[in-house]
Amino acid sequence: MSTTPAPLRLILGDDEFLSARAVSSAIRAAKAADPGADIREFDAGDLVSGALAEAVSPSLFGGQRLLVLRAGQDAKKDLITVLLAYAKAPDPEVSLVVAHAGGAKGKALSDGLRAAGAEIIPAAKITKARERTAFVRDEIRRLGGSCSEDTADALISAVGNDLRELSAACSQLVTDTGGKITIEVVQRYYRGRAEVSGFTVADAAVIGDVPGALEALRWALAVGVDPVPIADALADGVRSVARVAGTTGSGYQLASSLGMPPWKVERAQRQARGWTPEGLVTAMHAAAEVNAAVKGGAEDRAYALERAVLAVARARRGNR
Amino acid sequence: MTVFDELAGQRAAVEVLQKAAGAAAAIVRGDQVPAGAMTHAWLFTGPPGSGRSMAARAFAAALQCVNGGCGTCAACHTTLGGTHADVRFVVPDGLSIAVSEMRALVLRAASSPTQGRWQVLLVEDADRLTEAAGNALLKAIEEPPPRTVFLLCTPSTHPEDVSVTIRSRCRVVSLTTPSAAAIAGVLVARDGASEADAAWAAAAAQGHVGRARKLARDPASRDRRQAVLGIPRKLTSISAAFDAAAMLISSAEEEAAASVSEVSAKEKAELETALGAGGTGKGAAAAARGTAGILKDLERKQKSRATRAQRDALDRALMDLAGLYRDVLAFTLKSGTAPVHADVAEMTRAAAAKWTPESALRRLEAVLACREAIDANVKPKIAVEAMMLSLWQG
Repeated sequence: MSTTPAPLRLILGDDEFLSARAVSSAIRAAKAADPGADIREFDAGDLVSGALAEAVSPSLFGGQRLLVLRAGQDAKKDLITVLLAYAKAPDPEVSLVVAHAGGAKGKALSDGLRAAGAEIIPAAKITKARERTAFVRDEIRRLGGSCSEDTADALISAVGNDLRELSAACSQLVTDTGGKITIEVVQRYYRGRAEVSGFTVADAAVIGDVPGALEALRWALAVGVDPVPIADALADGVRSVARVAGTTGSGYQLASSLGMPPWKVERAQRQARGWTPEGLVTAMHAAAEVNAAVKGGAEDRAYALERAVLAVARARRGNR
Repeated sequence: MTVFDELAGQRAAVEVLQKAAGAAAAIVRGDQVPAGAMTHAWLFTGPPGSGRSMAARAFAAALQCVNGGCGTCAACHTTLGGTHADVRFVVPDGLSIAVSEMRALVLRAASSPTQGRWQVLLVEDADRLTEAAGNALLKAIEEPPPRTVFLLCTPSTHPEDVSVTIRSRCRVVSLTTPSAAAIAGVLVARDGASEADAAWAAAAAQGHVGRARKLARDPASRDRRQAVLGIPRKLTSISAAFDAAAMLISSAEEEAAASVSEVSAKEKAELETALGAGGTGKGAAAAARGTAGILKDLERKQKSRATRAQRDALDRALMDLAGLYRDVLAFTLKSGTAPVHADVAEMTRAAAAKWTPESALRRLEAVLACREAIDANVKPKIAVEAMMLSLWQG
């Protein structure tokens, strides 16, 4: 054996996909190292301490053994005691992998394993757009391809935010194209957009991007976003621009006085270019009008939204 | 003194009601009365604040009282206080009256009066009956038991909110907007307000008796009104307009929270106690199981009530604002009518010197449009923001 895996590994995080993938890669590695390896999997909630003691005790016949403990946060108190006692003096022939959701539940186990020097494999949920972009790029790099940041963003907007689907899309693209992934490739494979919210529509509308806003609106309605949140997002977009219009200072300075998070202030400041006060009044009126229209005031809610998007975008350019 | 004393400036309606109460007393005595002297279903309409529910209550008291509404006997006191055994009040504190609630009430209204006079069902805000609830009520009104009287109140601004089938079976009592002098008279006589305070509050309330009383007695609502009247001067920029909108919304929320949160917390605590919360010992946990749904129901009801309280509070603020722009308009046109907000007349006069009548009217209409928008279920925040921007733009 060339590289022995760490005897203790802790998969920490609540993302189901990442955690399952880390477990399966550990199993695959163990099988590759020793085809006859003894692999046992348990749910921590069901495991009693006696069974664990049996599982980690040395085998009469020797050989490598991999022990996978899923849902470590559900472990009972006495199991945690036994596990941590074992972690202080791990058996070199046994490799223990514990998946833990992080968080406060079962914190004693995750903290104890960390203190015992377990290798930490992060599997936390990805919530920030930047991290998701990094995930896609890492994924493609791991599979032996390469892609730029823009391409990764395009893929995310086409496929959606689900990591499982993103990972599948990455491997598909790398296999089919031989590794060099460009925006054109993404656009050839994926048409349309998976996740469009009202905010996408509003963001495009307040920078005067009529085609972009209308396209996003059609997509949003096509994938089943309710018109009411779209109308609310439109009002929110105009409001944020109006609030920062005419102010100077960094996002952090303005954040508290405007009651908006700094990133939102900064984005609104970028969007505020090209707006006149009169235009903002017109746009806010259009937003208020469509808010009534989507709540029963109009026959055709989609049409009302389209009109509002056009009115907002037009108000920006000032050619009313 | 009679129970009708508190109705400010409603002489015609009071006359009708007193006559009917007299006929009702004759029926109780067993005398013959001409057909139509007393009616089994009444619809009280009138502008908001004219005292519809007060009129209905007074009439109910007059029906129950052996002296035709003396205002001093036990029957009058209990009716006006809402505890009379034969008078059932439906006071919707949520956004609508549900059919299940109405069915239960109609069933009880069908029983004979326990005190031998009249069984009264009084529905405040009958415009909040849902269609199904209205139908349940309609069945009872169509074939009323001999000694049951239905009193429905609805704002005259929306008579169509009560279904035509109900309306056609009711005798309508129309209340008028009371004059400021009449309201001031009631404030002085009943609440012991000073002449000057009463005159000011009556004018500022724009014909709303309850609001006038609140302004005369409650310093917090006076402060809120003052803050609202200060808004036009603060609208110096777009972001100031948004600040003003946020201020208006949050003050409405605070006012609503102050009015309902205490009651809500008490209701919840009482229900939890009834469901066995806080119990210890054997079986306590099992008893508490499955009560979450009941608590949720209560929370839903409370939320509906809070929403309504918020809208009402916001509407009051908007009415104050509308009154202000009305004053400006009246001054620009030199109409000579008395101002609504006499205490800030200097400010309105100064505004009138700067604005054209058209711009004052545009602003007034922006306020009224905002009320309509909120009625049409536009998010209050968005509607108020759009209004503030219009006010700023002029």
